[in-house]
Order: sequence, then structure tokens, then C-alpha cells
Amino acid sequence: MSTDLSIEIGSLKLKNPVMLASGTVGYGNEISTFMDLSRIGAIVTKSVSLKPRKGNPPQRIVETPSGMLNAIGLANVGVEEFVKSKIPFLEKVHSTVICNIAASSVEEYVECARILDYEEVIKGFEINVSCPNVKEGGLIFGNDINAVGRITEKVRAVTDKPVIIKLSPNTSNISEFAKTAKEGGADAVSAINTLVGTSFDIYTRKPKIKNVTGGLSGPAIKPVALAKVLEISRCVDIPIIGIGGIMNWKDAVEFMICGAMAVQLGTVNFINPTAAIEIIEGINNYCKEMSVSSVKEIVASYHIQ
Amino acid sequence: MNIFKIPVLTNSKIAENTFLMKCHSPELAADMKPGQFCNIKVSESDYPLLRRPFSICDAEGNNIYFMFDVHGEGTRLLSRKKQGDLIDLIAPLGNGFGIDDDYDTAVLIAGGIGAAPFPYLTRILKGSKKIVTYIGGRSSELVLKYGLENFSTATDDGSEGFQGNVVQLFESKFEMLKSSDIKVFACGPNPMLRAVKNFCSERGINCEVSVECAMACGFGICQGCPIEKSEVDGSYLLVCKDGPVFNINDIVI
Ligand SMILES: Cc1cc2nc3c(=O)[nH]c(=O)nc-3n(C[C@H](O)[C@H](O)[C@H](O)COP(=O)(O)OP(=O)(O)OC[C@H]3O[C@@H](n4cnc5c(N)ncnc54)[C@H](O)[C@@H]3O)c2cc1C
Ligand SMILES: Cc1cc2nc3c(=O)[nH]c(=O)nc-3n(C[C@H](O)[C@H](O)[C@H](O)COP(=O)(O)O)c2cc1C
Ligand code: FES
Repeated sequence: MSTDLSIEIGSLKLKNPVMLASGTVGYGNEISTFMDLSRIGAIVTKSVSLKPRKGNPPQRIVETPSGMLNAIGLANVGVEEFVKSKIPFLEKVHSTVICNIAASSVEEYVECARILDYEEVIKGFEINVSCPNVKEGGLIFGNDINAVGRITEKVRAVTDKPVIIKLSPNTSNISEFAKTAKEGGADAVSAINTLVGTSFDIYTRKPKIKNVTGGLSGPAIKPVALAKVLEISRCVDIPIIGIGGIMNWKDAVEFMICGAMAVQLGTVNFINPTAAIEIIEGINNYCKEMSVSSVKEIVASYHIQ
Repeated sequence: MNIFKIPVLTNSKIAENTFLMKCHSPELAADMKPGQFCNIKVSESDYPLLRRPFSICDAEGNNIYFMFDVHGEGTRLLSRKKQGDLIDLIAPLGNGFGIDDDYDTAVLIAGGIGAAPFPYLTRILKGSKKIVTYIGGRSSELVLKYGLENFSTATDDGSEGFQGNVVQLFESKFEMLKSSDIKVFACGPNPMLRAVKNFCSERGINCEVSVECAMACGFGICQGCPIEKSEVDGSYLLVCKDGPVFNINDIVI
């Protein structure tokens, strides 16, 4: 029996549920030396903003127990340069490309989506309303349910491509945000972005990253991410893309059981740049072992008394 | 650049806090250039999570060498690797030293474990360039001479060689070097590199430094390793991809 690994997110059809998370594979070129990107479900680009962003000064990252903090500050080349120098490569990889957009105003999100909507190779948008590392925008939107509603509606109005809203875990009621995204016309939500954290040197008494706080990612956040995915799954009828601390196929399957239609791999790409391929194979074997003919059967298949 | 799993041949203590690890890899021994580095997964578990970057110390025949100081948990685990253990690493990474410029004398300045990339550089330059090496350490036991030639030493406590830091030693010898066409290669802690940069840029000396910083991926996908450019254009350079070796005129240390 062969397993059907394909899934749908709104009108977006992916060959398998494994995607590469924004900010953890750049624009694809470096990681393509390790694996054939055409085998991946989708690749999500580093957040693109209307104007180029230099990002935060060093030190930007620090390792923490089974995780890492980052305060990259959305360093990116800006929409214009992205179209000029990054799209040509993305056109060649024969993978489904989702463009992640970050902005500091509703108008900026809309403007970015409008410009990028013309690009054939971009098959959908992921709207980052949840970056914890920039002073303006980002997390401020992520915590403001009305702003998330407005951003979703306004972006929805300028594109027919699938729109995914990437939610912040730094809020107590993530399912309300998911509901708002759905009402605003989003095709899916992705959860979670990083959790706000910090780390200090006890001898200098200084923060280990210049920005003082950063976003926590990696295996340390997996239980939190799973709980958020489960909460959305139980409260809102919308496709969920699960993200947070996935290191292997078992973690990916666990997210799907808790309600995720697809998953994204982040930090693991830094450590094992071929993880995505191994996880796709692992999910396939699991489906065979469980005698399921379509991977969709495991989505939200939890048993909770 | 690829993922390799290569066997350890020997791993031995060569100084108070320093290990020299020899691994078998004909491919990397042939491909890697002095100044490039490998990103090593020191444990099979999620702790420590990230890979750890190490310069290639030397390459000879089918083998490559790493020289490392035990610093925290990652390097402690690395120091325990034994003959036959497999090392999981991503390599070759980074740009490496610019060795082909027009100069006749290579001046190597090493501070502490900053000596790590120089045995290989020495091996490659030998025969075509004259080499003068300055090695610094806090005390005599911490001066790492492995694989280096024609060296003078400096110690902070004066227990060996010149008393003072290695840049002061270099400065004290500069009159002698001036008559030849030199290129300086330096590796060590940032304050040392800053002093080298100040001295060399004031005198227009051709100089490259190998810098260290925290890294997550080591190959350009995380943006975790920025370094300030001299030319202000609203972007940073990445130590892992644009470096770790930089001409002193290109960066702010
Ligand atoms: C390109 C490059 C080449 C290197 N080559 C060598 C070498 O040949 N020999 C050697 O002994 N060491 C070398 N280092 C330094 C070495 O990588 C660190 O000593 C090592 O990562 C320490 O790991 P640990 O777990 O023992 O220490 P810990 O302090 O417990 O953990 C290290 C953590 O701190 C971060 N970190 C590492 N280095 C720095 C830094 N300079 N500034 C800020 N944060 C940092 C890392 O991201 C890591 O997560 C090199 C570093 C770089 C960037
Ligand atoms: C270094 C780094 C940079 C990131 N940059 C972005 C970004 O630009 N946009 C975004 O939406 N998420 C960004 N993220 C968040 C990831 O996409 C992901 O949501 C998060 O890391 C949790 O997944 P993980 O535990 O698998 O890494 C970044 C994460 C890391 C570690
Ligand atoms: S360490 Fe990831 S980009 Fe340099």
C-alpha cells in the first residue's frame, strides 16, 4: 500500500506536510547544497519587509538548554532586492515557495503583498505578526487582536493566493487570534513563532544577547507549541501548520496528531540540514506501519477523554 | 560543503587546557584550505544543541587535525572522544586565508588558542614564503607552539619569552621586519585583533584576521553571526560565510 502524503491548505496543495520555517533557511540557496528542495512540501522565505533591514547588532544568538535565543531583528534585503536577486533562484528549485512578510504598519503588509502577488513562483503568503525581536510592529501586532484582524482582511483583499497568519505564543488566548484570522479570510494559521526569553552572564551581569531579550526556539519549546496547536485545533476550524522544536519525524507526527495539517522545521535546519528529507521518510514509514493510506488521517486524530 | 562522519584516530592533551584531535578524512584533507572551519556536533542528544565551530588546525596525508581549548560543555565532550568514535561535522566552511598575494614574509600572530589555524597555514606557506611567528599566552604552559616554526613567544606573566602581550612583541620586532614585504595573519581574542588592526592600518600593512563569534548554523542561513563593515551601507557581513578571515580594512572589530 502506498501512502498519500499530500495535503491541502486552502487552495494550496503540497506534496507532503513538511515545510521549512521562515528565517531558518534564508532564501533556500545554502540549504539546497544539502538536499533536493523539490522533495520538500514547501519552503517559507526569511521574512521580507518593504525596505531592507540591517537587523540587530551582535551578539544575536545564544544557546540555552535544548534551545537557543535569537534576536536577528528581521535582517533582510527588502522587497525590491528580494524580487531582483532571490526570486530567480527560487524559480529554479521546483519547490512550493511561501513568502513570509513582516512589517511595522498595516499599509506596509498590504504593499508588500501587492508587489509580491505578481510573482508567479510565490504560491502563498505567511504573515508574520509575531516577531518578538523588533521594536516596532511584530509582537505588538501579535498581541493586538484587532490589528491581526485588520492585517488579515487587508492582505486578503489584495491577493487570491493562500494567506497564512503566523501566530505568537506570547499571548494567553491563541485560539482567539486564530478565530480572528479565520474571520478575516485567512486560509490557515501557523503556530508558533518563538517565545520571548532572555539569558544573563552571572559574572558580568550583562544580557548574553545585545537586544536583552530574544526568541526561544528548538526542542525546549515543543511542549508549549503542541499545547497551542491543540488549543487552536479544539476551538477553531482552520488548517494549522505546527511549528516549534521539531527535531525528527516523531515530533512531526506528534504535531499532526495534535491538530497540525502540516509542520515547519526551524532550528533543526542549523544542526541537521537534511532533517526535512529524513522526516518526510519517517512520516511515510509511520503511515505504513499504522496502515493509514493518507497522511491526512492522522491530523487531529488525538484521543482525549 | 557537506555533512561528514569521520573517525577519530587520536585525541590527546597537548597543554594544560588544550587538546589535539586527529581524524581520518582523505576528502577533507584534500579540500580544506587554511583558515576554513568545520562545524562539529559534539553530542548525539539535544544537549548541547548547536554545533561548535573549529578551525582546521592541520592537514597531512589522509588526516585532518583540530586543536581546541576546553571551554564549556561542548568542548568538554569533544575532549572525551576516543579513537574510533565518529565525529559528525559540516565542512568545509568559510573562506580561508588569502595566501597568494604579493608578499615575501608571512607574519603569523597568535593569541592563546588563536594558534589553532596556523600549523596548516605554516605547512602551506613553507617553501614559497618566509615565515615569522609570534605566539602569546597568559603563561608559559598556555603558549601553543604545536606545528609552528621560527617563532618568538610572549607571556603576560613573563614566565617565557617577552613579558607582555603578543602584539607588543610584534611591535617591538617591527623595525626588523620593515625592510621586507610582509603580510600579517592574526588570530586570537578580539582585543588582540583590535590592537593588530590599529597597528597595521596606521602603517598600511596588508593584514588578515580570523575572527570568532557565536554561530548557530555556520553556513549562512541563520544570520546569527553579523560583523560590522567598515563601509557603512546598511548591512552586516556574516562571519561564517564572508569570513571567518577578513582583511582588516573591511571590518570594525
Ligand atoms: C570560525 C571559528 C573557529 C573556531 N576555531 C576554534 C579552534 O580551532 N579551537 C578552539 O578551541 N576554539 C575555536 N573556536 C571557538 C569554539 O567554537 C568555542 O570555544 C566553542 O564553541 C565553545 O563551546 P563550549 O560548549 O565548550 O562552550 P560554551 O561556552 O559552553 O558554549 C559555547 C556557546 O557559546 C557560543 N560561543 C562560542 N564562541 C563564542 C564567542 N567567541 N563569542 C560568543 N559566543 C560564543 C556558541 O554559540 C555556543 O553556543 C572557533 C570559533 C569560530 C567561530
Ligand atoms: C534564527 C531564527 C530566525 C528566525 N526568523 C524568523 C523570521 O524572519 N520570520 C518568522 O516568521 N519567523 C522566524 N523565526 C521563527 C521560526 O520560523 C520558528 O517559528 C521558530 O524558530 C520555532 O520553530 P523551531 O523551534 O523549529 O525553530 C526564526 C527563528 C530562528 C531560530
Ligand atoms: S552562523 Fe548562521 S549565518 Fe553565520
